Amino acid sequence: MNFVHSTLKDLRVALDTKQVSAAELAEVFLARAEKALALNIFLHIDRGLTLGQAREADARIARGDVGALTGIPVAHKDIFVTKDWRSTAGSRMLADYVSPFDAAVVEKLGAGAGMVCLGKLNCDEFAMGSSNENSAFGPVRNPWNPVKIPGGSSGGSAAAIAAGLTPAATGTDTGGSLRQPAAMCGITAIKPTYGRVSRFGLIAFASSLDQGGPMAKSAEDCALLLEAMAGFDERDSTSLNSNETKTPILARFSEAFGSGERASAGSPLQGVRIGVPKEFFGAGLAPDVANAVDAALSEFEKLGASCVEISLPRTSLSIPAYYVIAPAEASSNLSRFDGVRYGHRTRKYNDLAEMIANSRAEGFGAEVKRRILTGAYVLSHGYYDAYYLQAQRVRRLIGLDFQEAFKSCDFIMGPVAPTTAWDIGAKNNDPVAMYLEDIYTLGVSLAGLPGMSVPCGFGDGNMPIGLQIIGNYFDEGRMLAAAHQYQQVTDWHTRRPEAFA
Amino acid sequence: MKLTPDDLKRIAHLARITVSDADVAQLETQLNGIFGLIDKLQAVDTKGLEPLSHPLDVIADMTQRLRVDLITENNQREVNMANAPSQENGLFLVPRVLD
Repeated sequence: MNFVHSTLKDLRVALDTKQVSAAELAEVFLARAEKALALNIFLHIDRGLTLGQAREADARIARGDVGALTGIPVAHKDIFVTKDWRSTAGSRMLADYVSPFDAAVVEKLGAGAGMVCLGKLNCDEFAMGSSNENSAFGPVRNPWNPVKIPGGSSGGSAAAIAAGLTPAATGTDTGGSLRQPAAMCGITAIKPTYGRVSRFGLIAFASSLDQGGPMAKSAEDCALLLEAMAGFDERDSTSLNSNETKTPILARFSEAFGSGERASAGSPLQGVRIGVPKEFFGAGLAPDVANAVDAALSEFEKLGASCVEISLPRTSLSIPAYYVIAPAEASSNLSRFDGVRYGHRTRKYNDLAEMIANSRAEGFGAEVKRRILTGAYVLSHGYYDAYYLQAQRVRRLIGLDFQEAFKSCDFIMGPVAPTTAWDIGAKNNDPVAMYLEDIYTLGVSLAGLPGMSVPCGFGDGNMPIGLQIIGNYFDEGRMLAAAHQYQQVTDWHTRRPEAFA
Repeated sequence: MKLTPDDLKRIAHLARITVSDADVAQLETQLNGIFGLIDKLQAVDTKGLEPLSHPLDVIADMTQRLRVDLITENNQREVNMANAPSQENGLFLVPRVLD
């Protein structure tokens, strides 16, 4: 057994029965990362740090201080700060930055759950992008075909799972950044309800949208990871502390659909209503993606679920609303980078104002600047009402549309992205074309709802396709359970790119 | 609405980002493309709707949680200054502001 494509459950058994130690497991994955450098997935690996954490995990296992994830490797999107590994956010601005503290997610999975950190994963600069080409450290290549993008912004995380460089990874989603790369790399990911996972130590892009989540090979693995990542954190002012968030996700996951008569009869999803939004299947959806998603919906019907047509009438408006709100929040959040306290400082200046403006001009990449400038404009005097407040009002309409839809269904399903991964460079110089690709994921982000991507087939050129599962607030456990049922009767999630099998 | 080169220079100044004339020419095309997309919001009737700043405000009143105004951090001056591009005697160094 080489453990490279094992599930987290299997790794747990292997560690507990001494088939492998945490240190040996870390070595296996570090060695694979070293052989896959051409994909540009990792931004920082430090063998010594990783093996130090692995030895600690082995000590915990030896004394019986073991949770579900102790000793299992994980890699973090380089948007979560870590006090040992560099934290760059994929930006030249933070190229040498070392954080004085660990992000809440890093702490929970590391010191808390006992996972072993393999290093930091490439991503679009400040998580802004849908293709990973906006990283200051070069694009990540898709393990299924290295001329293709892996999706973004959590592209390094998705590619790392697909290539078998780590069994688990973290990512973040502001407008689709967990779901879209998961779809394009053929892996499973979930963006939780806004407020489930602490944003403390997540380098901020758009604070009312940013949400961390797990990426792995299956829904069951994601359930284990999300359980360990989620929870109230007083250091994040929008972290939720309600009754709904106190119920363990894993308990909901295990209880739903999994047992009793229905499961044995082969229709565990009997009675589950799947809303299929007609706006997700119009012009613009590639035929190969449409076919795979249709087939997945039929599979859910075979499991006992029924499909109902629903409408999300403002789907197309989610693009303009998002591209006002996210840049507005970005322009505010990124004002902290001034070359004074940390981050890049220019060598060319005559006074303080020039030093700040030149540092920002040199430190930020083109897409980040476009968003800061867009944001500064929509927040500026005379435009705030017409753009920013109007976008927030449309955001309310979008949120209400989803609540209306959930009156007639339990989950909403459709495609994650209109196409499979495109060629690196194909849309690089056309920001509007790139933004339009986010059409199916932005509404969920604006509404703060949980959304998943589950592998559901392959399209032209053998590139992976993802099915999006959208749930109502706090319904992550049941969404993961429904996806798990689908993964019991399909094997798309077990397929690996040949070069990394 | 169409952004002019002067608008772009004004925004770049507001955002404290130095832009060259070549940058402005490229930004003019790209940002006008983006605003062409964004301007679709203007046609939407949103009369009587409250702006939504916290997404879960759709289902519940999401008042911002406040904490007691107490010191919760230890003094970590050295750790916090470790990333400073320039420092002296525990202070951040910047070009002279006052003569």
